[in-house]
This record gives sequence, structure tokens and C-alpha cells, in this order.
Amino acid sequence: MSAETVEKAIEKKPSEALLSKRRKKLISDPLVDDNPITIQVLGICSALAVTTQMKPTLVMAISVIFVVVMANLTISLLRNTIPSRVRIIVQLAVVATLVTLVSEILRAFAYDMYKELSVFVGLIITNCIVMGRLEAFALGNKPYDSILDGFGSALGYSWIILTVAFFRELWGSGSVFGIPVFDYVSGIFGDDFSLATNGLMVSPVGAFIILGLIIWVQRTKTGYVEH
Amino acid sequence: MQQSNAYIITFSVILTVVLGLLLSGTSQVLGPMQREAEALDKKKQILGAVIPGEEIDAMSPEEVNAFYTNRISSTVVDINGQEVKEQGGVAVSAETVDIAKNYKKPADQRLYPVFIFHKEGDSEAVESYIFPLYGAGLWDAIWGYLALDTDMNTVGGITMAHAGETPGLGARITEPGVQERYVGKEIFNESGELVAVSMQKGEGKDYSDNPHQVDGMSGATITGNGVNTMLQNYLGHYKAYIESKKGSKAMAAAF
Repeated sequence: MSAETVEKAIEKKPSEALLSKRRKKLISDPLVDDNPITIQVLGICSALAVTTQMKPTLVMAISVIFVVVMANLTISLLRNTIPSRVRIIVQLAVVATLVTLVSEILRAFAYDMYKELSVFVGLIITNCIVMGRLEAFALGNKPYDSILDGFGSALGYSWIILTVAFFRELWGSGSVFGIPVFDYVSGIFGDDFSLATNGLMVSPVGAFIILGLIIWVQRTKTGYVEH
Repeated sequence: MQQSNAYIITFSVILTVVLGLLLSGTSQVLGPMQREAEALDKKKQILGAVIPGEEIDAMSPEEVNAFYTNRISSTVVDINGQEVKEQGGVAVSAETVDIAKNYKKPADQRLYPVFIFHKEGDSEAVESYIFPLYGAGLWDAIWGYLALDTDMNTVGGITMAHAGETPGLGARITEPGVQERYVGKEIFNESGELVAVSMQKGEGKDYSDNPHQVDGMSGATITGNGVNTMLQNYLGHYKAYIESKKGSKAMAAAF
């Protein structure tokens, strides 16, 4: 009898819902309140560089999600065996391997994307979001939680760069995902109603401006103040 | 927890071996597909000099390969315009000549591939000749393909690519808007000297009445100069071949 209750008690503890409140927070927190780009200001370099068009940005976002999730999972699985004195090197090796894998896969299956993204896929290695999540979370948490945390952070990064890319491509090239929206607009209203594109949006300066506006809107809403 | 040195070393060795095997395995598996993708990309670049980029983008890889096989033939020449069939006992084909590797050799020892674009359905009639180009931009290599019409003087089109030019500045050489500026320009002047086409400093001027100049790229003068040098060099290297085709053309016209 007593043995049974003990067993039940043990069973109850790990059966936390797959998406319990705490775990949902792991994903949702980095989306707005603790966004890697707009709040932690990490990963800015690639956010500026790849966001002139939606398509490469989407590929970049998917690559980052893959790398962060897989790196978090791997490090979390190994967390009790990694010698603490060399942990940074171990993290780096794991991340570098994953990034190389992504780069090789792109090269085989999406060569045009590989050419366009070129160094920026490789630079995911230096993206502070990846190492930051490994150090801050994966080293001290269970694999499943680490996957959620990595997914949340990468998603937080992704929606920001996709938003930046949306406005940069729309205003800079007059299209979205390569579909010439501006041309359609002038097609409907006649040639008199032609929209001019803004060259500033194609240059990295445009990304700074859009990013600044996003941060402004976001902080006005959340009331976040830097300390 | 402080681990012993032996543990750390063992851990590192195992990690290195596992990751190394993973990477080399991937490279082995994906290698053939990557080479195929690269070959396809090269064909697309070559075709890009003669047909608009959007048309190529709309084609599936099989269509690109079929189009290339049907419409493009190739030959390899040396600096004197003589056809080269083999080098060091090995047969050469234009598709396998590595322009970047040849670029390191002295100009008179290089192999120069020529791609010939034929009229549809007629493998004899030539529409244009496509010449590879290679040179240095501001940061890294730039390369491209230039198509000459059968008069061997008028530029039919150009594609350019780069390894590391600044996005938004020098990297603009890949944009259709910049490449279109070359179409219809002429490489020989009135007295028959090879002057090529040179990109000017500054942007926004109209060069439509000058057959040897094109509008520049603002903020990318060094890349522009690199492009100019590349055109000048490679058209110079191909000059003998170009002249020979020009000569035979003139004779054909005379008869």
C-alpha cells in the first residue's frame, strides 16, 4: 500500500504538462518581453545584413531556429558530462558543427540561397543569441525545456528580422517575397499612381531605422526602460 | 565540480572525433549534389549573359540543363585564338576549365573557354559568343560572362558575380539594372582599336551617346574600376579569337 503511494508521488512530479504555464513562458517571453534583438540587443549584425528581402531572411530565420534548438538540445543532453573548464570550447564546437551542417545543406539543395546568404550563415556561430542561450539556459536545464527555450529565443529573433525585412523589401524594392506589390498597385490605379521605392531601405541604414521604430513601438507598449 | 585533466582530454578527443565524423560524413553524402548545384549555377550565369534573368529563374533545373545543351556549344582557345583540344595529354572542355585557377597563371599560358550561343533549332547559326571574365574587385574576386553579338563588337549582355563586395555598393554589379547598362555598347572604337567598355565614376549621368562608357555605381568606384580592368584584360586576352571571328565574318559578308 505504502509502496504504491510512493510510486504515485514520483509519477506525479515529472508529469508536468507538455506545455505547462512555465514552459509556455519559456517560448513566449523571448517573443516580446525579453526579445533577443529588441531588449537584449543581440544578433544585430545579421538582423541588419540579411534583411533586404523576405526570402533570404526566412531561410536565415529557419537556420537560426534549427541551430539554436539543436545546440540547446545537445548541450543540455551533455550538460552533466561537459567539463566546466572547457565548456565554452565545447559549446563553440557544437555550434560550429551545426552551422557547417546548415551551410552544407543549403549549398546542396538551395545554391542560390547559399550564395546570397554566404557568410551570414557561417556567422550564426558568432550570433550572441546562440552562445547566450547555451550558457544561460541549456547548461542548467533539462533537454525538453532547453528545446523550448531555444525555440522561443530563435522565434523572437525570427519575427523581428522578418518584420524588418517585410518593410525593407516593401519600401526598398516595392515587393514582398519577390512579388512586385507596387507594380500591382500602379496596375490597378493606372500609371499615374506609381509608387517610388526608397533606396535608403536597401542599405543597412534602412534596417537601423526600421529596427529603431520597432523598438520604439514595443517599448512604448511594454513600458520597458533600460536600467 | 572539478574534473581531472585526463577526463577533460578524453572528453575533448571523443567530441572532436564525433563531430569530425559527422561533418565529413555530411560532406561525403552531399558532395555530388553540391557539385551538381555548382555546375547548374555556372550554366545559369553563362545563360544570364544572353537571356534575361527572370526567364532563367522561371526555369526548372532540368529545363536549364536542356536549354544549355540545346543552345550552347563551347570551345577552348589559347591567347592566340587557336583552339586547344588537350593539355598535357588530357582533353580539355570549356565547362571544366577553372577560370579562377587559370587566372593565377601568366596570361599567355591560360586556357580561355568560349561559349557559343546558337539560334533556336539551328546548331550552326550563331547568335552570340560568350566570354568568361575574371578579376579583382575591392575586397575579393569578381567574375562574369560577357556576350558579344556576331559582329564581334556589340555587347549583347553581361552577367557579373562577386565573392565579397560590399552589399548595396560594389555588390550591385549583380543587379540587372547595372548589367543592362552594358547592353548595346561597343568594344572597338572607330579606328578598330580594342577599348572595351568602361564604367565611369559617379552615377546618374546619361552615357547613351557614348558607345564605350556606362554609368557608374555611386560609392563603388573601386569595384567599378575592377570591372573595367577585368573587361579590358579579358577582352584583350580573347582579342585574337575575336579578330579571327570578325575576319571570317567580314569575308562571309564579302562573298
